Amino acid sequence: MVPFDPVSAAIGGALIGLAATLLMLLTGRIAGIAGILGDLVDLAGGNRVWRLAFVVGLIAAPLALAAAGHALRTPAMPGWPIVVIAGLLVGFGTRLGNGCTSGHGICGIARLSPRSIVATATFMATAMLMVATMRHALL
Amino acid sequence: MPVLSALLCGFIFGAGLVISGMTDTTKVLGFLDVLAIPHGGWDPTLAIVMAAALVVSIPGFWLVKRRTRPVLAHTAAWPTKTAIDRPLVAGAALFGAGWGLAGLCPGPAIANLATLSPLVLAFGAAMIAGMAAHDLWRRRQQSAALLAGADG
Repeated sequence: MVPFDPVSAAIGGALIGLAATLLMLLTGRIAGIAGILGDLVDLAGGNRVWRLAFVVGLIAAPLALAAAGHALRTPAMPGWPIVVIAGLLVGFGTRLGNGCTSGHGICGIARLSPRSIVATATFMATAMLMVATMRHALL
Repeated sequence: MPVLSALLCGFIFGAGLVISGMTDTTKVLGFLDVLAIPHGGWDPTLAIVMAAALVVSIPGFWLVKRRTRPVLAHTAAWPTKTAIDRPLVAGAALFGAGWGLAGLCPGPAIANLATLSPLVLAFGAAMIAGMAAHDLWRRRQQSAALLAGADG
């Protein structure tokens, strides 16, 4: 496990905030990853090119950092059934709730949107409840 | 130019996720594990990442909002929904449950595709399937509502 590193956390977080601000300033789009991906794969959606470009940039970043010497670590994952259930919940939930950690958590709160503040509080609460259940209640 | 900007922003966003440690599921789950706080095993990284992102994006968005239009587009697609309704809360609750199960939300899930880990690829495929299922379900509901309206 990587030790707690508040400086890297702050630098990385600032870059995320910068990316969201720049995308809005330059293209007038919200950097909500669930929305970008959802509209990219939606057969009825339009305006795919910039969304694809954003996703390509998102995947290219870890590869570029790996080339610069920052280790590309495969994340720890649960077993297959849990992975599939988790993916389905994240996909369906972010579409129904119109946003994820970036769309509501960063961009929405940055706009001081009450709707996004409620969404963020809700997904934080159910995520914490899920971890509490999986790690502590099922022992 | 807008496409290049999107590519650049995606890249900066992804670099931020990697540098901050948010592509590491153990750090995300370590933050969500609030019951570990009394034992000293809690990982506050995600809170710092979010705070740092907001320190930049709150004044950033405030400045951008004062402009009449984006630099490279005619209009800004500011979100228009303001209602705190059932789909918002139900969707956020389901998303949080999935996030807590695997420690991956959409951004880190996509960035982690770079590792070509079969389990991350499976998560990505399931996430896209979940999005498609939602869109299909909502279109069926809408067309059913339209038909009901036509009959009435």
